[in-house]
Amino acid sequence: MIVETKSSPDAARLVTPTMLVLWLVLATVPLWITRIGLYPYLGIEILIWSLYALAFNLVLGTAGLPSFGHGAYFGIGAYAFGLCQLEIVANLWICLIAAAAVAGLAGVLVALFISHRRGIYYAFMTIAFGQIFWTLAIKSHRITGGEDGLLKIKRLPADFGLVSFDLTDNVAFYYFVLAVFAVGTAALWRLVNSPYGRVVAAIRQSEVRASHLGYNVWLYKVAVFALSAAVSGFAGGLFAMAQLAAFPDVMSLHQSGYVVMMTLVGGGLVSFWGPVIGVFLFLTARDVIGALTNAWMLYFGLLFIAIVLFRPEGIAGAISAAVQQHSLGALRQRSTSAMRLLFGSGR
Amino acid sequence: MNMIEAAAVHVRFGDRVVLESVDLAVAEGEFHGVMGPNGAGKTTFFNVLTGRVKPNRGRVLLAGEDVTGLSPHRIAAKGIARSFQIMTLFDEFSARDNVMMGLPEFRARGHDIARAAAGDGRFAAKSSEALAAVGLADKGDIRAKDLSYGDRRALEIAVALAQAPRVLCLDEPTSGLGSDGVQRLAALIARLKRRLTIVAIEHDMEFLFSLADRISVIHWGQVVARGTPHELQQNEWVRRSNLGKFA
Repeated sequence: MIVETKSSPDAARLVTPTMLVLWLVLATVPLWITRIGLYPYLGIEILIWSLYALAFNLVLGTAGLPSFGHGAYFGIGAYAFGLCQLEIVANLWICLIAAAAVAGLAGVLVALFISHRRGIYYAFMTIAFGQIFWTLAIKSHRITGGEDGLLKIKRLPADFGLVSFDLTDNVAFYYFVLAVFAVGTAALWRLVNSPYGRVVAAIRQSEVRASHLGYNVWLYKVAVFALSAAVSGFAGGLFAMAQLAAFPDVMSLHQSGYVVMMTLVGGGLVSFWGPVIGVFLFLTARDVIGALTNAWMLYFGLLFIAIVLFRPEGIAGAISAAVQQHSLGALRQRSTSAMRLLFGSGR
Repeated sequence: MNMIEAAAVHVRFGDRVVLESVDLAVAEGEFHGVMGPNGAGKTTFFNVLTGRVKPNRGRVLLAGEDVTGLSPHRIAAKGIARSFQIMTLFDEFSARDNVMMGLPEFRARGHDIARAAAGDGRFAAKSSEALAAVGLADKGDIRAKDLSYGDRRALEIAVALAQAPRVLCLDEPTSGLGSDGVQRLAALIARLKRRLTIVAIEHDMEFLFSLADRISVIHWGQVVARGTPHELQQNEWVRRSNLGKFA
């Protein structure tokens, strides 16, 4: 099921041609998104959730660890960002670092408990810890605002010393999030293709073999979970900025399920970009189909079932297969033409 | 000096005694065969040597250093490499990447997240060397799962060799191989003999008797006979048992 392991020339690059094209296309979004009946905030959501889904896919796709409570770290990041801003210091960079650090710490604590587990037991433990964090967020009313959420979070300016950018406008904030997304995708791409990423991918394929080659499998599993939680928390911090609030809902089990659906539908198990495709499809479907019917999730659920049944490698896998098929077809056609040229039609 | 030594190794799983008391001493550069009927405890003994199973009693020494009960990754780092009876490869990786994972230099960089794994000439050169040693020089870019059965067996050994081990433990290396594959493997083992200390569990008696310096026969969780192939051929127990007809 998991395919993308053979080293491609892009694996050695920090920035790939695909990345450049994607960033350029995304940079044009504010110019046309309103013309097609959508709005810049949707673009912000897609970018933030894409970063979150890419971080989540470190655990699911790269390491093969079924984490079904990942919303907890996204939410912890959102709360950490808000609390840092409201209670400690209103500095964008410090608050974003706090979001990643607190979520990463929560990830380490959970990973220490679960990393000796595998399969269904691992999955259940991630759900259990996710539910614990969600309950804590709801019950700690004085800290988190309970079910009402943590309100009055501001979009702090991006201060670079000599120059400072106001991010209150959605378009300005979109470009800020795009810059963060660009750095994030390059960093995650490098991580996945680094020696560390290769070891994690090897552990996914055989923990036994990896341990007998001298790799401390438990430690690698702890580290990848913590890294994924930290980046998820960072995305959560951005989400708090986008929403101007942090709510416990993103930590709930069904919201954790969304990121799993996005990743699987998009093809995160076979492609680095699968989660981005899934997020785009999910959030666009929510807004476009959601404008027609409240039951949009029913249709997305049907799509999810169809993909799991007929294209378990997701949309990215289907695209990749189609491209390969096309290349093979073209190759066959070229070789047939060459044969005809050399030997005639055979009649 | 003994490169690897096991003393009075005893393993039980619940009420079931799997290894009663197994002793083994393998000198540096020796090829030591381990044979015995199914369920005799051979693979469990291998698992003790390589850290997968902690013995209830007894000790395992690697070049005099006590490695009893260490985890597999620590034992591997100290220089014991193994292959598996049921092949265990990174199926989605290319043959070259499988070998690269075994290189101690790559392992030392395993926590590096800043550099790309691909494009490092040192890793590629060393991986190619190990592949060439097992006759897979031209198959480095093929995914492990797309290789033939015999090539996968050879790749398992290449991965183990890439670890630059002091002791190589092979668990039924000829299992599933045709006669050509067995011949190629025998030629490879013959080349590796003396350069490496090898302990091999094997059911192919012809293979084992033609290559091993000494052989231990494990039955009922203990060593019931030990000696050179010639000595074992004279051993009354081996002659009376099913094993004797091959010897």
